[in-house]
Amino acid sequence: MTVTDLVSYEDALASYDPVMGLEVHVELGTKTKMFCGCSTTLGAEPNSQVCPVCLGMPGALPAVNATGIESAIKIGLALNCEIAQWCRFARKNYFYPDMPKNFQTSQYDEPIAFNGYLDVQLEDGEVFRVEIERAHMEEDTGKSTHVGGATGRIHGASHSLLDYNRAGIPLIEIVTKPIEGAGERAPEVAKAYVTELRELIKALGVSEARMEMGQMRCDVNLSLRPLGREKFGTRSETKNVNSLRSVERAVRFEIQRHAAVLSSGGTIVQETRHFHEDTGSTTSGRIKEEAEDYRYFPEPDLVPVAPAREWVEELRAGLPELPRVRRARLQKDWGISDHEMQSVLNAGAIDLIVATMEAGADAAAARKWWMGELARRSNEDGVELGALPITPAQVARVAALVAEGSLNDKLARQVIEGVLAGEGEPDAVVDKRGLKVVSDEGALGAAVDEAIAANAAVADKIRGGNLAAAGALIGAVMKITRGQADAKRVRELVLEKLGVQG
Amino acid sequence: MPGITREEVAHLGRLSRLELKDEELDHFAGQLDAIIGAVARVSEVAGEDVPPTSHPLPLTNVMRPDEVRPSLTPAEALSGAPAQEQQRFKVPQILGED
Repeated sequence: MTVTDLVSYEDALASYDPVMGLEVHVELGTKTKMFCGCSTTLGAEPNSQVCPVCLGMPGALPAVNATGIESAIKIGLALNCEIAQWCRFARKNYFYPDMPKNFQTSQYDEPIAFNGYLDVQLEDGEVFRVEIERAHMEEDTGKSTHVGGATGRIHGASHSLLDYNRAGIPLIEIVTKPIEGAGERAPEVAKAYVTELRELIKALGVSEARMEMGQMRCDVNLSLRPLGREKFGTRSETKNVNSLRSVERAVRFEIQRHAAVLSSGGTIVQETRHFHEDTGSTTSGRIKEEAEDYRYFPEPDLVPVAPAREWVEELRAGLPELPRVRRARLQKDWGISDHEMQSVLNAGAIDLIVATMEAGADAAAARKWWMGELARRSNEDGVELGALPITPAQVARVAALVAEGSLNDKLARQVIEGVLAGEGEPDAVVDKRGLKVVSDEGALGAAVDEAIAANAAVADKIRGGNLAAAGALIGAVMKITRGQADAKRVRELVLEKLGVQG
Repeated sequence: MPGITREEVAHLGRLSRLELKDEELDHFAGQLDAIIGAVARVSEVAGEDVPPTSHPLPLTNVMRPDEVRPSLTPAEALSGAPAQEQQRFKVPQILGED
């Protein structure tokens, strides 16, 4: 593979203005496929969730999933789109074995939702409006396994194996209008948009939108134009950018690559590119086929969808509080800064914190555990926060034990560690590991006496009014009690025994 | 009326993965031309007030509830497959050597 030339990000932005287009596919969480009653449960045996319709057998007749349509309308409404009075499905014809029909049922020039926007908030609080071109309904493809190549890649494979369980699962494709004016913040805008869209989809309850499970996938279109020029440059389309961080990196990489090609007098080829998670770079895929090669035509086996206005208004009235509005409300309630709220959002911790509070913890404690100890573990283990084997109720119980003085922070961390290790509920971990704070005043007093005796010089300093020196004695007591003392109580005892006012 | 060219037939053949001989290109170009010409006559008759039709029945909103129905068994699904492996449909090499 040849090394791609790049110019520095700053140099690229000094000469060029990036224009982006983002296409996001969301797999709906319906029980059945878009056009047949096959189950969509993940992890089923290969080809056990297929039928004549999704296998494209002659004579099979598709029928639209009502919940699929409803979900599409909800997404459209939440994106401030107009909802079509009347629209049709279309066949997108292409020859590739991931669709046994040799076409994908999609929508072409009559999307169910169009002309909307999504306001996204950047790290510094600035709100950027991303205009939505359309949201249309289509279906997912089957899963290919390539055999005989070196690394399971299609290149060099001798043959491929197809599992069609995924073929026909409802997808909503959400396409932005060209995103202009983001300038150097283009990578950040792209990431913020996909983040906000994910939150929105989750809030609507139409999909779990877990990117690592392929339930939400992003294609990044990017072009550069010389500063001051109106006309767009030629774009590249980077496919399957499947994490929030990758969206940001892919945009940044393509800006640097395009700038290198353009500034050396070259031209950008309109093509599909693949993103590589390991290096954060993209490489050339196939040259994109002309759009008319898909030979779209109206799907004759399905009748038009004409959502009644009363139904649309009913769905609009039933929309949940939108994520940005909810975040603003929670941020105010929790009394934290824009930046802190942004971190909570990026960590995917909002719902976890809310659930922990509903289980009895106060906002500060809930946020502290999820954003501290648990965020650290989620980074270390490379799993999403919500996938850690601990529930909000368990975190709330740990917080309650700290609040009542049974645990200090250090012990609480060990309890959390125990829960994560599968040792049971917080109380069981406390028992098994013997993690109670020493609340026996006699034992604690003896430990304080011992510490004072062993550190006479420090004790004298404290007697002389140097309260800062108390820390050394508290540390000594903690050591004697193996960390199982309440630091605040120890401090009180130390000062009391030395006859000093705290 | 502008005719369907041999190049257009060759292009469609490529998209459909059909190998067409030279004489077939001429043959199909003529036939497709006749078909398109026949269909085009409909456009001459249809006025501005006639909306394009994609379905013969005046139906909209035919939907089914989101309820699981039994699928085929994997054995049934694969019964017509020319080749299979690991309970999956086996297809020939997709990409030739670059």
